[in-house]
Amino acid sequence: MTQEGRIAEICEIHAGREGPLLPILHDVQAELGCVDAAAEMQIANALNISRAEVRGVVSFYHDFSAEPDPRPVVQICRAEACKARGVEALMPSASAAAGERVRIDTVYCLGLCSVGPNARIGDDLHARLNGERLTRLIENA
Amino acid sequence: MSIVRISSDAVARACGSAEVERAFTEAGCTVERVSGWGMHWLEPVVEVDGIGYAEVTAADVSAILGGSSDKAIGAIAEHPWISSQQRLTFARAGRTRPLSMEDYEATGGWAGLNRARRIGPEAIVEEVTSSGLRGRGGAGFPAGIKWQTVAGAQAARKYIVCNADEGDSGTFADRMLIEGDPFALIEGMAIAALAVGAQKGFVYLRSEYPDAIVTLNAAIDLAAAKIAPFEIEVRVGAGAYVCGEETSLLNSLEGKRGEVRAKPPLPALQGLFGQPTVVNNVLTLAAVPHVLMDGGSAQYGSLGMGRSKGTMPIQLAGNIKHGGLYETAFGITLGELVNEIGGGTASGRPVKAVQVGGPLGAYIHPDQFDLPFDYEAYAGADALIGHGGVTVFDDHADMAEMARFAFQFCAAESCGKCTPCRIGAVRGRELIGRILDGGREADALERAPQMHNTSTATRSRAEEVTLLEDLCEVMKDGSLCALGGFTPYPVLSAIRNWPEDFGLPPRGET
Repeated sequence: MTQEGRIAEICEIHAGREGPLLPILHDVQAELGCVDAAAEMQIANALNISRAEVRGVVSFYHDFSAEPDPRPVVQICRAEACKARGVEALMPSASAAAGERVRIDTVYCLGLCSVGPNARIGDDLHARLNGERLTRLIENA
Repeated sequence: MSIVRISSDAVARACGSAEVERAFTEAGCTVERVSGWGMHWLEPVVEVDGIGYAEVTAADVSAILGGSSDKAIGAIAEHPWISSQQRLTFARAGRTRPLSMEDYEATGGWAGLNRARRIGPEAIVEEVTSSGLRGRGGAGFPAGIKWQTVAGAQAARKYIVCNADEGDSGTFADRMLIEGDPFALIEGMAIAALAVGAQKGFVYLRSEYPDAIVTLNAAIDLAAAKIAPFEIEVRVGAGAYVCGEETSLLNSLEGKRGEVRAKPPLPALQGLFGQPTVVNNVLTLAAVPHVLMDGGSAQYGSLGMGRSKGTMPIQLAGNIKHGGLYETAFGITLGELVNEIGGGTASGRPVKAVQVGGPLGAYIHPDQFDLPFDYEAYAGADALIGHGGVTVFDDHADMAEMARFAFQFCAAESCGKCTPCRIGAVRGRELIGRILDGGREADALERAPQMHNTSTATRSRAEEVTLLEDLCEVMKDGSLCALGGFTPYPVLSAIRNWPEDFGLPPRGET
């Protein structure tokens, strides 16, 4: 199916909901890997709002991106509780292991604050990380 | 063959419970995934024939089944860490299967809702008010008064919104409740709907909690008939910390940028889509079924101290030996929480600082460990309880770096609506850098002849600190919401308690 057809379907699924924009953007982001200009325009038309309004929402939230990034993503929590458990000391080797191939995203809190440092890859959660385990996760991402 | 119970909490999963489950299944056991007990340092926890085993890996399975494992910790419910708690909101933790309607009913589930239906809206609000239940999200506003306002508002449509955007570092009680006892939240929302006359409920759940999203959606499907005609829908957040602020959350639900709204109008009168709306935290709503049970309100109100009634699910996190969920009546001191219950730091080094209340909470020095867990006592000490997160740091922590991070976090997560927060956070981060550098020379702009009113003298470290204090005052008084308004708490507490980390003379010397 074309991108246009798929977005039309997603808009249709959520059309009857109260405040449908965020659910639509989540689905489009998950399926297409981004919400690009064409998608914004199409969603705006479907909801009868301006493209600027859609753009404003896409740019506000960390979960949505305007451009695709095909690299695998490793989210590492660097909030206070993980800092207290030493995540900052792992970052240089993590960045080195990631190189250009893997994208490392900072996330503020995965809610596993008693067993950090923590990381998330897709829907998989990893706790009690040390340098070696984190490097291995990144290499296998 | 024995029934093996393994915690299904995300902490257990992150610590490798899936491999343990597989190993037990392959050994011919029936595995039940139950909610987590909250003893996170022992996860993955496994229970076989009433005996608990800690930090279990797949390699331990044969020893456990053969009765020769050295990882046994005895009956979990009798473990002192569990038996010393007063669990009301988390009464089912570790004991029931999260998505079993059978388990829920067998442990008193729906009793509150059934009674609420018998006594009617006015009596429900009255009982919630008299129980003294206060909002557990951080502000501590009395739940009954909020409900009263929404109940009294005239509108064709009203909403119950559950704030499950638990973004504070060091907190995980909302996640544990939703993953472990989702029907309790659903029941609490249904009771709230009955009390105020709402037709629809939303749970705004953060995208960082994938397990909770799946569990809650499944639970809502299972419980739909129980709560009808009231309906609940899960809405997934999109990674914005500020959406934990109630008005920003409402904008996000409406499909807008998560920008904070000015108050008034109060959300209770003009909330979601302009309609009267109850916005309550997960823990507030999940405490309601207990309050509505026969005698529940009086029991809840008899616990705690001062105006902080009932119990608080406290989350012990960060560099702490025994981290996890500890629910107890208000009034417990911070020292008891950190040293006795938490067992000190995980690293074995001395405790340097404790941040209570998430990223916007003050850093508390060990010499204030006699502070009782109470909204008013914390407010009096220029600190806050927030959502009940307690994050411990050992003596490796650099408090100047933590203060700089507080500003950096505020800058990254500011919604941009009000100036003190949007600009203050960036300027604050720069200021911390300049304090660490020992002050600064006048810059090119300040030396320009046109700027003849500007001082060209070198600014000392002490002058930069004064400037920082000024900035913090502006942010405190001038920000629209707690993000900008409370960022000064961690910053000022860090500089007051550990001035030496900022290159200033230690406390007591000036």
